[in-house]
Amino acid sequence: MILVWLIVILMAGGVLAWISGKVNRALSRWIALASVLAVFGMTLYLWLSNPIPAPGSAWLIQFNQPWIPQWGISISLALDGLSLILLLLTFFLGLLSVLISWREIQSKVAFFHFNLLWVLAGITGVFLTMDLFLFYFFWEVMLIPMYFLIGIWGHENRRYAAFKFFLFTQASGLLMLLAILGLYFIHGNQTGLYTFSYFELLNTTLAPEAARLLMFGFLAAFLVKLPVVPFHSWLPDAHSQAPTAGSVILAGLLLKTGAYGLLRFVLPLFPTATVEFAPWAMLLGVVGILYGAMLAFSQTDLKRLVAYTSVSHMGFVILGVFSFNEWALQGVVMQMITHGLSTGALFIIAGFLYERLHTRDIRQMGGFWSTAPKMGIIALVFVMASLGLPGLGNFIAEFLTLVGSWQANNWLTVFATIGIVLATIYSLRIMQKIFLEEYKLKQTLPDLNAREMLIAIPMVVLIFWLGLYPQPFLDTTRPSVQEQLQAYTGSDKEREPIARAEESTEELSSEKAEDAKPASTLQISKSPNPLISKSSNLKP
Amino acid sequence: MTLTDFQHLMPLLILTFAVLVSMLVIAVGRNHKIMYVITALSFLAAFVSLFELRDVGRYTIGPLLVMDGFGVFYIGMMLLTALLISMLSYAYFEQREERKEEYYILLLLATIGACVLVISTHFASLFLGLEILSVSLYGLIAYLRTRERSDEAGIKYLILAAFSSAFLLFGMALVYASTGTMEFAGIATAIASFTELPLLLLTGFGMMIVGIGFKLSVVPFHMWAPDVYEGAPAPVTAFIASVSKGGVLGVLIRFFMEVDGFRYPTLVLIFTIVAIASMLAGNLLALLQRNVKRILAYSSIAHLGYLLVAFLAGNQMGVEAVTFYLVAYFITTVGAFGVVAMLSDTERDAEQLEDYRALFWRRPWTAAVFTAMLLSLAGIPLTAGFVGKFYILAAGVNTQLWLLVVMLALNSVIGLFYYIRIVAVMFQQQEAETAIQPRSRLRPSIYLASVGTLTVLALLLVYIGVYPSGLLQIIQGLIATAAP
Repeated sequence: MILVWLIVILMAGGVLAWISGKVNRALSRWIALASVLAVFGMTLYLWLSNPIPAPGSAWLIQFNQPWIPQWGISISLALDGLSLILLLLTFFLGLLSVLISWREIQSKVAFFHFNLLWVLAGITGVFLTMDLFLFYFFWEVMLIPMYFLIGIWGHENRRYAAFKFFLFTQASGLLMLLAILGLYFIHGNQTGLYTFSYFELLNTTLAPEAARLLMFGFLAAFLVKLPVVPFHSWLPDAHSQAPTAGSVILAGLLLKTGAYGLLRFVLPLFPTATVEFAPWAMLLGVVGILYGAMLAFSQTDLKRLVAYTSVSHMGFVILGVFSFNEWALQGVVMQMITHGLSTGALFIIAGFLYERLHTRDIRQMGGFWSTAPKMGIIALVFVMASLGLPGLGNFIAEFLTLVGSWQANNWLTVFATIGIVLATIYSLRIMQKIFLEEYKLKQTLPDLNAREMLIAIPMVVLIFWLGLYPQPFLDTTRPSVQEQLQAYTGSDKEREPIARAEESTEELSSEKAEDAKPASTLQISKSPNPLISKSSNLKP
Repeated sequence: MTLTDFQHLMPLLILTFAVLVSMLVIAVGRNHKIMYVITALSFLAAFVSLFELRDVGRYTIGPLLVMDGFGVFYIGMMLLTALLISMLSYAYFEQREERKEEYYILLLLATIGACVLVISTHFASLFLGLEILSVSLYGLIAYLRTRERSDEAGIKYLILAAFSSAFLLFGMALVYASTGTMEFAGIATAIASFTELPLLLLTGFGMMIVGIGFKLSVVPFHMWAPDVYEGAPAPVTAFIASVSKGGVLGVLIRFFMEVDGFRYPTLVLIFTIVAIASMLAGNLLALLQRNVKRILAYSSIAHLGYLLVAFLAGNQMGVEAVTFYLVAYFITTVGAFGVVAMLSDTERDAEQLEDYRALFWRRPWTAAVFTAMLLSLAGIPLTAGFVGKFYILAAGVNTQLWLLVVMLALNSVIGLFYYIRIVAVMFQQQEAETAIQPRSRLRPSIYLASVGTLTVLALLLVYIGVYPSGLLQIIQGLIATAAP
């Protein structure tokens, strides 16, 4: 039931914020803040209370309620480690989005917060739902408010950007809907049970040809959202035109729904078709890494630059997902979190600068370190995170991904690694152009104030935490990552000795776990395995 | 005719009676409000009388008509729609100078025609229903004579409708010539033995498709739609787009299910081409328009194309999908034109895109309703249109009409483009100078009728979008009994 509350609180909060705007503008900000805080608190409590999955499954909480029984559609929500971590990220960034809009958004405040909360509600739904119809439903629910966020409160070219964003995601989403329907009827014809339930559909046996087509339907939606290179052109526009909160949510959360979809749906549903497609997908990933990095280097618009770094970073996600091993997948999950934080932070800094200068053109900036050292330091941390400096979260993510993908494809991994070098170049350029060089402005640039520091400090703390002690996060997501890989572990055993070793220890300990109930499940996560020892050795 | 026959035709009799009463009332004295009340009450009474027929099974009345679950549902749907339209009309016509009273008579008559259509099982009753509908529409379309485009629209509709009726009649004659009967069931038995349709019969069906296609305004018989939509008063446009098309589609489904037209590849091919052409032409041409009524006209052409996809699925699920989508489409269309009617002033309808600029900041509730309607047309979740489109896609995928289904998905994207454009215009920032134009509002009681109607429509839209089970149950319950 708590899962339903998460969504309901956000939606109700949104409506309430809209209505209360008639009374008082500040009130809608406070209502928005309170509702995001409430759901954040609930999720944090869930995480800290360390819930134990039922033996043999990764699911922590499940909720089921028939919705349209005639079509086998139910409101089926479920939470596992992966969703839990992503929800934490969602609400954390949601909280920051409310805070950064506190001064930036001055027109139509109430409607803004309505949209903001509904985007968050849609994203929450996507991360929780285990019914494919409902998934598509939430997938669409997050679009409309996002469209308004960009289209109403965006910058000069907002309408074009909002349009493009909407059309790209909607078109690809419809292909996914067709694939979902195809799967629904194939499953129905096979078993006589017409249902959209994820757990039921997992057992569908598909002809290779059908599997391939259906997989492409799903991929269309997720690859556009991620985005992977030929389909990325909506992203720079949408990101650069959106208001700061919009950019943070786009980069931090909406892109992650694509990655989440790949992990949750594409991998387990189409185990054979994905293996066939894997080399191409990885190639697309590497192309994205390099191409995104190169374009990022050549931008003069700060937000556009950061947007292209997202393209580059998301290349690692698809590279990792199609490596089909636990290392890479853990890396992908880490990448989702750390990229959300680091890119979100960079957009926030861009927002701070825009508020002060009313430009995003980095050619007009320079030497800000002298007048705004606090901002400089914060920016430095996230620029370093973005280029993958050890000790910060992104390093762990990219390292794990590359270790995993090396086992799957050596050459592509080599090229992907070159991407990290390119990342260094474009990241340092941000620092160089904005905070170093000579000071060009007439007036002095005010440094961060208390509210802005309140936004920035938690992000810095988090990115350090993720870099220095990622274990709690890895522990939480591990069972669900393994669950997603179940279909592959058989074929992987010959190829990957490391993964096999790990699997066997895992199996042993889980057998033990069944004897000794709750306490031993904790043991699983603490049991020594190569993954953990490796990453802890690498701590600086 | 026996007494039970009369009981089964009660809704139609009530409407006919209301027409007579209305004429007498006008003869005594003209009063807009009384006419409106009579009309609304008679729609309501006719609708209530349908509850008696809830589990009618299948009751045939002579060779001409049949009352079954399918008919009951469609009649109910059209009566409610007509009721809502009459409520919107009241405020709309109250602002105008012309004589308003006859409008309601024509509205009642047109509704009777549409109702006769969906329960007809004979070419004679089909044609009767169609003509009652069309002839009333001639009057309705050109009702505001003094307006610039209304004559053009009226004449255009008159000529083309007469032309298509002729086609329909000729087609019926040919079918009669080769089968020797005009009853649907008779035709079905006569052609049951053929695997391939003989040429004469095929020609007959082809000409009938021309006639029916014109009424449905599917490509290539769609030319009249934009002009007529633009020229007719907004509530009448809503009526043409909803009730008139719904009635014709109802009889088309009944006829096709009866004779099992889906067995003949030629007919299926014709409808496939028509469906694809309608979707593409409707959506692409809508992109070029800057007049909201014309955009909605082209969008309705496209939506008929979507409906044909489910129609072509040709099984129980297809019929259910068509019916469900029609309900959603009725709500949406009436809602959208209701907003247009509400924003119109005494001289002209609010039809230019400019009229909607920054509407959201001027009249947030109206704009919110209009946005909801447009999003439903576009098939976005939380609205009835989404569930409807989903149903159609499901019906298409189920019978593996891949080409049609992919075209539908593609067209939904094109469609989004212009729906979103209207929404974007409504959400645009207000330019400071043109900001405030004080509008004289109507008397609150009249204003409330429109507002209430729109509110009901918006709530229904969201309710069906969120909780479609209830409507599904009704549709499945009523139509399952009717499956021939």
